[in-house]
Amino acid sequence: MSNIPSELRYATSHEWVRNEGDGIVTVGITEHAQELLGDMVFVELPEVGESVSTGDDVAVAESVKAASDIYAPVSGEVVEVNEDLEDSPELVNSDAFGDGWMFKIKLEDESELAALLDAEGYENSIDED
Amino acid sequence: MTNKTVLHAKHLEAGAKMVDFHGWEMPINYGSQIEEHHAVRTDAGMFDVSHMTIVDVKGSDAKAYLRRLVINDVAKLEVAGKALYTGMCNDEGGVIDDLIIYFFTDTDYRLVVNSATREKDLAWMNKQAEGFDITITERPEFGMIAVQGPQAKAKVATLLSAEQTQAVDGMKPFFGVQAGELFIATTGYTGENGYEIVVPQEQAADLWQQLLDAGVKPCGLGARDTLRLEAGMNLYGLDMDETVSPLAANMAWTISWEPSDRNFIGRDVLAAQREAGDQPKLVGLVMTDKGVLRSGLKVISAAGEGVITSGTFSPTLQHSIAMARVPRSVKVGDTVEVEMRKKLVKVNVVKPSFVRNGKSQLD
Repeated sequence: MSNIPSELRYATSHEWVRNEGDGIVTVGITEHAQELLGDMVFVELPEVGESVSTGDDVAVAESVKAASDIYAPVSGEVVEVNEDLEDSPELVNSDAFGDGWMFKIKLEDESELAALLDAEGYENSIDED
Repeated sequence: MTNKTVLHAKHLEAGAKMVDFHGWEMPINYGSQIEEHHAVRTDAGMFDVSHMTIVDVKGSDAKAYLRRLVINDVAKLEVAGKALYTGMCNDEGGVIDDLIIYFFTDTDYRLVVNSATREKDLAWMNKQAEGFDITITERPEFGMIAVQGPQAKAKVATLLSAEQTQAVDGMKPFFGVQAGELFIATTGYTGENGYEIVVPQEQAADLWQQLLDAGVKPCGLGARDTLRLEAGMNLYGLDMDETVSPLAANMAWTISWEPSDRNFIGRDVLAAQREAGDQPKLVGLVMTDKGVLRSGLKVISAAGEGVITSGTFSPTLQHSIAMARVPRSVKVGDTVEVEMRKKLVKVNVVKPSFVRNGKSQLD
């Protein structure tokens, strides 16, 4: 069973969300998702300044096996992307919840966070897969 | 009903991620497909290929039978142990399977065919056997381990007896020899040196463990696919199948047209196709931009459309490569476009061989 940190929020499409407390959230994909995808070879990130809405496909994770869309788990503006993934996409495999983060969003509506799954809810959702 | 190879427990022990592969529960990787890939390119890796089907064909008509069954000519095989790669076609000239045939004598051959096609292969072979004095015997009592990479032979050598060492000493590529209880062949599917070793099932786990102890890295089907694609080797079901002519699958070199009176199955159709010159062909594609070419993507050329049959990220070259079936007039050196995620991306056409013996073939 892969690690599902309890302090994070999750989307059923396997993104995790960390509330940084200043109206900004950090987004990545879960350890479970990177395990499914396997060795990451490219990550295509959104542009800083881009406005995104919940459910938009905003990034692409390409592993040796497959290309997978990454969806915006909340609405807002992309304020930072993880440029380290440009040269080291494998960070998503080695540290999905840490150095493998993908982008940060300045929240449009903080109440959207409450709509995301907690760790238990996410665990249940992947058990159903 | 899922089949398990005799090495199944060893895979679990090594932490393999197992997947269903045409009815066989097989390791896709043991952690990182890319690390396994590099192990084979730079050192030595091993694959459980026990799911492949070994079929012995023996009898006074064995040679005549195989000269009819496959598109290459087993009469070329004159030295005991020599192997031949070829295709087995249906009456319409489509590829039923690709296979390796090892020659021992004119009355004794060993065939290794794909696992996914086992049943139809055996049914076809038995059907074609009518009127020939032969026996066709499947050999499920063997396991098979492929050990590949620049250090593969040296690492295997540490496990062999004096008698086995002598049997494989100086063996050229594409040969096989019975060495004690092992059948050791210099064939493979990665573009590296190494062996494919057929081992009695009851000894397979021990051999696997000895290879592990000798520093050979276990590798899964994931690495096997990126390695074989870098080497430009076809995969049945992707790069060819029953609807595809060997002429359209970069397998023309495996057809023996001479002697002209050898009536192999599919000959008339293939000869007409060759005469017409209108079959598409299989080429290599290289994309140095970001992204990964995948099978099924559309290829657009000035001469018409084609399709990617196999595509992947090449861990050795660090960019994407593919094999694609395109109109015959597309040439090596051309630039064509691939439709990727609703964008058109320019890619270069190359010979379908990308990496051999650890070296890029693209320069």
